[in-house]
Amino acid sequence: MNELPQQLANGLILGAMYGLIAIGYTMVYGIVQLINFAHGEIFMVGGFGALTVYTALPSSLGLLTAIPLMILGGIVVSVLVATAAERFAYRPLRTAPRLAPLITAIGLSLALQQAVWMWYPDAKKDVPFPRFEGDAVNILGAHIQRGDLFVLIAAPLCMIALGFFVNKTRTGRGMQATAQDPDTAKLMGVNTDRIIVMAFAIGAAFAAVAAVAYGLKNGQIGFRMGFLMGLKAFTAAVLGGIGNIYGAMLGGIVLGVAESLATGYISDIPGMELFGGGGWKDVWAFALLIIVLLVRPQGLLGERVADRA
Amino acid sequence: MRQRLLALTAALAAGALTLTACGSRDEGNKGGGGSGDVKVVIGLDAPLTGDLSALGLGMKNAADLAAKTANKKKFVDGVTFEIDARDDQAQPSVGAQNAQAFISNKDVLGVVGPLNSSVSQQMQKPFNDAGLTQVSPANTGTELTQGDGWKDGNSVRQFDTFFRTATTDEVQGAFAAEYLFNEAGLKKVYLIDDQKTYGAGLAASFKANFTKLGGKIVGDDHINPDDRDFNAVVTKIKKTGAEALYYGGEYPAAAPLSQALKDSGQAIPLMGGDGIYSGEFPKLNKKAEGDLATSVGEPVEKLDSAKDFIANYQAEGYEDAYEAYGGLTYDATWAVIEAVKLAVDGNDGKLPSDGRKAVLEAMSKIKFQGVTGEISFDEFGDTTNKTMTAYKVKDNAWAPEYSGSPKLD
Repeated sequence: MNELPQQLANGLILGAMYGLIAIGYTMVYGIVQLINFAHGEIFMVGGFGALTVYTALPSSLGLLTAIPLMILGGIVVSVLVATAAERFAYRPLRTAPRLAPLITAIGLSLALQQAVWMWYPDAKKDVPFPRFEGDAVNILGAHIQRGDLFVLIAAPLCMIALGFFVNKTRTGRGMQATAQDPDTAKLMGVNTDRIIVMAFAIGAAFAAVAAVAYGLKNGQIGFRMGFLMGLKAFTAAVLGGIGNIYGAMLGGIVLGVAESLATGYISDIPGMELFGGGGWKDVWAFALLIIVLLVRPQGLLGERVADRA
Repeated sequence: MRQRLLALTAALAAGALTLTACGSRDEGNKGGGGSGDVKVVIGLDAPLTGDLSALGLGMKNAADLAAKTANKKKFVDGVTFEIDARDDQAQPSVGAQNAQAFISNKDVLGVVGPLNSSVSQQMQKPFNDAGLTQVSPANTGTELTQGDGWKDGNSVRQFDTFFRTATTDEVQGAFAAEYLFNEAGLKKVYLIDDQKTYGAGLAASFKANFTKLGGKIVGDDHINPDDRDFNAVVTKIKKTGAEALYYGGEYPAAAPLSQALKDSGQAIPLMGGDGIYSGEFPKLNKKAEGDLATSVGEPVEKLDSAKDFIANYQAEGYEDAYEAYGGLTYDATWAVIEAVKLAVDGNDGKLPSDGRKAVLEAMSKIKFQGVTGEISFDEFGDTTNKTMTAYKVKDNAWAPEYSGSPKLD
């Protein structure tokens, strides 16, 4: 059996998840030039928010009906935490040297992890997350789990909605203006504080959707899940061109597919047996990042300033 | 306004620090005891925060229970036991710092822990230099006691102060290979490990023993234990025609790995060592049915001493379960308590002035019926209890399948 379609599908599913999280890195960076390293934990709390909603709902309600409510719950928690972080941790440091908010972000990331570890019931270890029962569906020779269909549907919908929001609405245009020149935008009557909060909130909402996808896919969530996923998503944002929203999604998918193919095929190349497989996939993914940045330092879709949001 | 916000930020930062500290500071110093007693502190080192904290907290509670039981029974006349629990975050460097803290506290006569073999490697030498007894309930790396020469039959004891109630990877790998080949009749196995000291060592031991029996390793790979997406890895297994997947590592990654394996349409079991023998494994993995694990000793539920342990543990009302290493930690702590008793008995009922030396000398003589079976230590400091049990997931819980001792040469 040819496993290429399967490996491509594996990569696409993983990559779409990276992409959804990467949106948060890229939007915040595009507007305030801050690498919000706590974004991985915003993703994580979104997962726990969704799980809390699921646990609170009567079990007679099927998972499919529960999902919209779970997404909503996840978004509420993520957005609250992200906007609170912006208001109390980042805004006071907005005029401080670049390093100060960066270190604050790392501290916040640890604090959020520990908070969930301590106060969420039973979260000292990974906790189970509901999954769809039933067999995988076969699409073009690839087995796709029912839970994975979620991210394949949600990711494009989210991207279309975001593109519309950024390009067509007043707030979206305000975002573009703030990204290009915050001072001038302010003089033109754009409420930049509100725009910045919006950027954090949208990123958080996308992260919450990704967290639901993560839970449905893996059947578990944990207080540390934001660390590795956040790191990968940040890589995806840089790969796609940080500051560019479509770049974030493209970077995520390229990264996911690269990881999947590296795991599947590199060890089959004669002479490369030792450098393939799951242990080396991250090395290859980062090698790809370096090559792309050497050829295109601005990332795959960087410099499309008009769409920067 | 600006100052208030700054103050708030500072408060948040301080909160973050406090939170991190909380995990390691609520130590179990509740041993209590009669006044006038000599205080003996038993150190406990385990990951009390981080993703292995479930196992570590179970260890801490089990050690606490052993100390409390000894105090309640007045097991050693005139001695009150206390547990000093420290968090190593599963980090070797933190473990090394904890080791120094234990050494500098003169009341510490023995240390129980750690969980991770990689942490233990940093603790063994300082303890040996200080003559402080260390009993690990969980380290299975064979080289920790027998040195790198064990593979060629040149075992040399590494540190006189290091003991363990856990069995070695050598025993565990051999038992897993025998079970899979002879009992389950599976001859083609795909091998995956998580590249850590424990996982890689166990996988290597399994591989050596399985091929010796005539089994075939049809392919191998490694994963990152922090990953949860293993679809790409399991896709590769399909074409190899493997009849089982052997995984060297711990349950947080094993559960999604097994799930991805079954999801991909491969109805083959995942087998692992004591690292996946945790109640969490079938909880996190709805498709765990038929998966296998090996663990030390007879099934806990079968031994009378273990029944007491389980009942007492529940009576104390600990918030966290005793997990995979609770019984072994209780035995490790109890081994130190027994050694203290021997030292006191041999010194006219008083604690000798050089307590550490006396405890260390007593360690090789102790013999008692523990939670996991009869506990005593051989010439390397390894447990003499080589009985292993294979467990299988049935109805979403581990059920004992087969017990025995592997043939070693």
